[in-house]
Amino acid sequence: MLLRLKNINTFYGKVHALKNVSLHLAEGEIVTLIGANGAGKTTILNTISGVTPAGSGDLLYHKEPVQALAPDRIVKLGISQVPEGRQVFKPLSVEDNLELGAYLRYRNREGKSSIHEDMERIFTLFPRLEERRKQLAGTMSGGEQQMLAIGRALMARPKLLLLDEPSMGLAPLVVQEIFCVLEQLRSERGMTILLVEQNAKAALRLADRGYVLETGKVILEGDAGELIENAEVKRAYLGKDKKEIWER
Amino acid sequence: MQFDQILQYSLSGLSTGAIYALIGVGFSIIFNATGIINFAQGEFVMLGGMFTLLFLETLKLPLWAAIPCAIVASTVAGLLFERLAIRPLRQATPINLVIITIGGSILIRGLAMLSWGKDTHAIPPFSGDDPIAIAGATILPQHLWILAITVIIVIVNRIYFYHTISGKAMRACAYNRRAAGLVGIDVHRMVLFSFIISSAMGSIAGIIVAPLTMTAYDVGIMLGLKGFCAAIIGGMSSGIATVIGGLLLGVLESLGAGLISSGYKDAIAFIILLLILFIRPQGLFGKAESERV
Ligand SMILES: Nc1ncnc2c1ncn2[C@@H]1O[C@H](COP(=O)(O)OP(=O)(O)O)[C@@H](O)[C@H]1O
Ligand SMILES: [Mg+2]
Repeated sequence: MLLRLKNINTFYGKVHALKNVSLHLAEGEIVTLIGANGAGKTTILNTISGVTPAGSGDLLYHKEPVQALAPDRIVKLGISQVPEGRQVFKPLSVEDNLELGAYLRYRNREGKSSIHEDMERIFTLFPRLEERRKQLAGTMSGGEQQMLAIGRALMARPKLLLLDEPSMGLAPLVVQEIFCVLEQLRSERGMTILLVEQNAKAALRLADRGYVLETGKVILEGDAGELIENAEVKRAYLGKDKKEIWER
Repeated sequence: MQFDQILQYSLSGLSTGAIYALIGVGFSIIFNATGIINFAQGEFVMLGGMFTLLFLETLKLPLWAAIPCAIVASTVAGLLFERLAIRPLRQATPINLVIITIGGSILIRGLAMLSWGKDTHAIPPFSGDDPIAIAGATILPQHLWILAITVIIVIVNRIYFYHTISGKAMRACAYNRRAAGLVGIDVHRMVLFSFIISSAMGSIAGIIVAPLTMTAYDVGIMLGLKGFCAAIIGGMSSGIATVIGGLLLGVLESLGAGLISSGYKDAIAFIILLLILFIRPQGLFGKAESERV
């Protein structure tokens, strides 16, 4: 088991945002976390990343407890997050953003050449970034910024990639392109992926398994195929009206 | 009003302005990394001058050796200040931290007074004090030292922030601390770095100005406030905008003091400070949401 959350509770002051959340990821899996706005999806990723540490429960990575670690230590372990709303460093260039993704590798005195090789690999994944490598990140479109955010996370060479709503606000074609890359990362690099999405349909098509979150609790879990067929999920997350919103 | 008179005031204003610029950039670097205004910044300027004096007169080092020693000593003081006063209170609100920096500045000033007394001291100029004539005005060699050292520091600063991974990480922290943590940047380490850089720059400012203005345990108050003013004019930029802010302030002050009355010298800084805060809080050159580095 690569990552396991056992009875995780996370609080924002008095707000009890995660209630006994348990979930796991096996190596090489793509797992999706779906749920409405405010369900606690971002909080789960931030609890894993050490941004909002759990109040109680166990967070195990390769069976080792990691819940007390600061965000930079989590990255060092091989867990990178692509945060909600992309959060690229807008005043810095595309190249600088990617370099900063490899910050810990620079600190480990890893040679510049292997870091630059990785940057070229990111450009192969997202050719549009290469055209804009000298451009300031903030001047790019939302889709390009999302690609940059993913590329920046990959520059740390993570084993586990956490993605927070990468499709948010993007045109369907761009979403397709990004999901294709995720698929490619799994098949070519054996990357393990935890994908948070409101776009449940696309996420369940890509994923092996899924968890459904409601007001801080896991209310359903199962194989992606089963969840797509599940009546409850269909009603709440795959309804016709929602579909129209996503595919607009 | 004569041209060479204006030139004279402008030239000497530029060199004081350069000092304000260095101090102001120090304010901005810490502000951008932490979100706090470090009101102890002026004390590191004072420490630069006073430590130089210590190494020079008490330990009998030559000037060229006393200066780097003083810079190192002041920087260590900045590092300790972050470790002892700022880091343990990481959870405190920015306003509490600002109050702590004010407390810290009073403490440092008090310790300086106890160690070195209340006297004003002179540091010898770096290369004599024979005035140099320029187009009807004269300037001292120390003015040239100040301008040259400031230019070098501004360039080094620029290289650090734009061409090294550590500097880029510092800019990333300034822009979005959470995202910086998520790429593996140790944000607390960057905060420590910001204090190290700022105290080093502040002490250099204090050292290069001391031969002109003398130094004493309490010079940090006024220099700190002027530097703060430069940073406000520059919109808390750790780059060229604050440098221009400092130069502008220095020149206006010098012209005001020379052409109107020297009694207005310090008032000018505060009038500018208030005007900027009321009219253009984002700084003279700032777009509201631009990067401050
Ligand atoms: N910084 C915060 N302070 C207080 N409450 C928060 C904060 N962030 C999120 N919450 C609350 O925690 C719950 C889960 O939020 P979040 O994890 O962002 O949900 P999601 O990502 O699924 O939309 C929500 O009720 C939200 O209001
Ligand atoms: Mg969210």
